Amino acid sequence: MSNRIVAPSPHLHGEFSTPKIMRDVVIALIPAFAFSVFIYGWSAICLTATAIAACMLFEWLIDRLLLRRPSTLGDWSAVITGTLLAFNLPANISPWLVIIGALVAIGIGKMSFGGLGKNLFNPALVGRVFLLISFPAQMTTFPDTAGVDAITGATPLAYVKAALATGTPVAEIMPNIDLAGMFIGFKDGSIGEIGALALLIGGIYLLVRKVITWRIPVFMLGSMFLFAAILWLADPVTYINPLFHVLAGGALLGAFFMATDYVTSPMSKGGQVIYAIGIGVISILIRVWGAYPEGVSFAILIMNATVPLINKYMKPSRFGARTAQTK
Amino acid sequence: MLKSFRLGGVHPHDYKISKDAAIRTLEVPQTVTILLGQHIGAPATATVQKGDKVLVGDVIGTATGFVSANIHSSVSGTVTAVESVLDGANMRKPAVTIAVEGDEWNPAIDRTDTLVRECTLEPKAIIEKIAAAGIVGLGGATFPTQVKLSIPPGKKAEMLIINGVECEPYLTADYRLMMEHADEVLVGCEILMRAIGVEQCYIGIENNKPDAIRHLNDALQKGKYHTGIHVVPLKMRYPQGGEKQLIAAIAKREVPSGKLPIDVGAVVQNVGTTYAVYQAVQKNRPIVDRIVTVTGKQLATPSNLLVRIGTPISTLIEACGGLPEDTGKVINGGPMMGRAMANIDAPVTKGTSGVLMMSRKESLRKPEMPCIQCAKCVDACPMGLEPFLISKLSRLQLFDRLETERITDCIECGCCAFTCPSSLPLLDYIRIGKAETMKIIRARQTK
Repeated sequence: MSNRIVAPSPHLHGEFSTPKIMRDVVIALIPAFAFSVFIYGWSAICLTATAIAACMLFEWLIDRLLLRRPSTLGDWSAVITGTLLAFNLPANISPWLVIIGALVAIGIGKMSFGGLGKNLFNPALVGRVFLLISFPAQMTTFPDTAGVDAITGATPLAYVKAALATGTPVAEIMPNIDLAGMFIGFKDGSIGEIGALALLIGGIYLLVRKVITWRIPVFMLGSMFLFAAILWLADPVTYINPLFHVLAGGALLGAFFMATDYVTSPMSKGGQVIYAIGIGVISILIRVWGAYPEGVSFAILIMNATVPLINKYMKPSRFGARTAQTK
Repeated sequence: MLKSFRLGGVHPHDYKISKDAAIRTLEVPQTVTILLGQHIGAPATATVQKGDKVLVGDVIGTATGFVSANIHSSVSGTVTAVESVLDGANMRKPAVTIAVEGDEWNPAIDRTDTLVRECTLEPKAIIEKIAAAGIVGLGGATFPTQVKLSIPPGKKAEMLIINGVECEPYLTADYRLMMEHADEVLVGCEILMRAIGVEQCYIGIENNKPDAIRHLNDALQKGKYHTGIHVVPLKMRYPQGGEKQLIAAIAKREVPSGKLPIDVGAVVQNVGTTYAVYQAVQKNRPIVDRIVTVTGKQLATPSNLLVRIGTPISTLIEACGGLPEDTGKVINGGPMMGRAMANIDAPVTKGTSGVLMMSRKESLRKPEMPCIQCAKCVDACPMGLEPFLISKLSRLQLFDRLETERITDCIECGCCAFTCPSSLPLLDYIRIGKAETMKIIRARQTK
C-alpha cells in the first residue's frame, strides 16, 4: 500500500529501445561483413575487430578519464561506429591507421560534442575522411578482388574517372565493367561497400524492423540515379550509365547505414527528403566533376552540416494544416 | 480501406481482457462520498446540509456558472457531512457524504427497462433536461454536455459524431454498453441529432470490436432508426478516440489550432454520454451511476461494473477479487491517459471509466538514455508537433519559443513518450511547459 507508484501518464511503453535499435543495425551489417570475409578472408575480420575494439576502448577511456562519467558502451553505438569505420577502409590498411581513424571518429566525431545523440557529423565518416585526406596513398590502394581481374588495384569509380579523364569514350569503358558482378560484389573497394546485394539485404532488414524509414535511402539513391541518368541521356559518350553510379562505391552503404544515422539526419519527413536529395546530388557532382573519384562520404558530411538549418525551417505537417476538406 | 486520422498515432497492444464480462451491478455501499467537482469547470454549489434526508436522484449540488454541472445523490439516506475529502491524488476537494438507508428513488425517475422511442421535445427543452441531469462527457474528459450542445450564434452544426472508439487499452466499458444497450444508445443519437438540428450521425468504432460494429448495425436496421445514422468502422490506432482525431478520421476535417469542433461543423459525444442523454431525456434519470471497467493482468476477475457515483474505488477492486499482491500502480482511467492514484479509497466520479492495476514491474519506468534524434516522436505525434523539441524547450524554460512551436495544441495523448526508444519522459516536461505557456497567454489576454 505505502509503496504505490504514482507517475504521470502514459503508463505504457512501446517496444523500441535505443540499445535494441543499435543491435539491429549491427545485425543488419552482418551480411555485408560475411561477404567481405568471403572475399578478403582474415584481413577483413582483423580490420573490423581492430576498428570495433579501438572505438570501444577510446569511448571507454574518454567516458572514464576525461568526462568522469559511467561508461556508455552499453548503448552499442561505439560498435556501430567501429563497424562502419572498418567498412569504409581498404582490406590491406595498416592497423595503426585504423586505430588513428577510430580515435578521430570517437574522440573528435562523437565525444567532443558530448557523446551519443549530440554529434553533428557521422563519426565513422569523420574518421574515414580524416584518413583519406591524411593518408591518401594507403586509403586508395586496394588489394585485388579474388578471382576477378577485369579491373585491378583500383575501384571501378577510380578506373572510370581515370579513363574518362584521358578522353576514352564510355563505349570503350563499358565492356570492362560488369554491372551484374558489381551487384553481387566482385569489385575492388573498401571492405564493407563491395557487397551491394548483401548491403541491400541488411537495408531491407532495417526497414522491416522499422529501424529506418524508406525516405532517406530511396530519395538519396533515386536522386543519384536521376541526376546521373539526365547526364547520361544528354551525352552518353562522356557520362556513364546511371546504374553504375548506384552500384559503385559507397552509395548503398551510405544510403542505408550512414545517411540514415538518426543523430545526424533531419527530424521531419520533408527535411529528410531535402537532406537525402542533397546527398544524392552532391555525390554525383563530386564523382563527375570533383577531384575525388568517390563523393558519398563528403556528400553525407556536407549535408550533416545543414541538418540544424533543415530542422529549423522544415517543420512537420501540423494538425489542422489541411482543413475542411469534405469528402 | 478503413478510415483513420492523417498524422501520427501508435499501436499499443489492446489488452481488452474484460471484453466478455457482462455488466454486473455492484450493490449499493454503506456510505458514498460524492465530489462536487466531477467535471471540467467550477465545482457545483452544495444545496444540502448535514442531517438532510435525500432520495436517489435528488439534486445535492447545483451548477455554478455556465461551464459547470449539477450533482445528484446516488443513494437514499442521510447527509452526514458537507466538507472536503481526499481525492485520488490526495488533494482536498469539496464533497457530500451520505449514509445509505435503503434504496428509495426520486418518484419522477422511470426505472423500468421499457424502451421509450418517441421524443417530441424542442431542442431547447432537450438541452435543459440534459443540463438538469448533470450530464458531462463520460469518456473521461467530463466536459459539461449542455455546453457542447449549445451551438454559439453564427456557427452551424452539420453532423453529430458518436465516439465508440475506446482506443485506450484495457478499457471495455463503452464496448459493453454498445453490446448490451444498443437501442438506448441509438435513441440517444436521435435525441442529440434533434437537439443540435442535424440530419447526419456517424458512430465511430475501431475494427478491433467487430461484434460491436455488427451489433449496432443490426439494431439500426431492426429498430428502423433515423436513416442518417451510420456506423463507421475505423482502423485501430491510438489516439483515435481523441475528439480532433475522430473528426479527422470520420469527416476528413481537421480542427484548426485554437478552434473548436463546431468550427468544422462537428459535435462529438461519447457513447456513454449518449446513453446518459437517453436516460435523462426519456426517463428523467440523472447521472447516479456509471459503468467502470476494473481490470489488470494480475486481477482475479476483470469486470465491467455498474456502480453508484461516490462508491470508494477500493470497494470496486474488492468486488473483482481484491488488490493483487504485486500491484505497483492503480490507475484511474486507461494506461495511456489515466491518472495513477495515491488514494484508492477515493470515490468513483462521473469521469471514472476504468480502474487498472499494474504490477510493480510494469509500473516502473525504464532508465532514461540520451535522445538520439530518431524522430520517432515526431512521426508518432497526432498533432504534427515536435515532441523532442517542445519537451527540451520546456526543460530549458524557453516559454516564448514554446508558443510559436504550438505547444498549446498538445492533447497529452502520450504517443511521444510511449514510442521513445530512449524512454525519455517527454510528456512530463511538455505538460509543465504547456501549463506555463497557457499562464503567459492568459496573462496577456487579461492585460
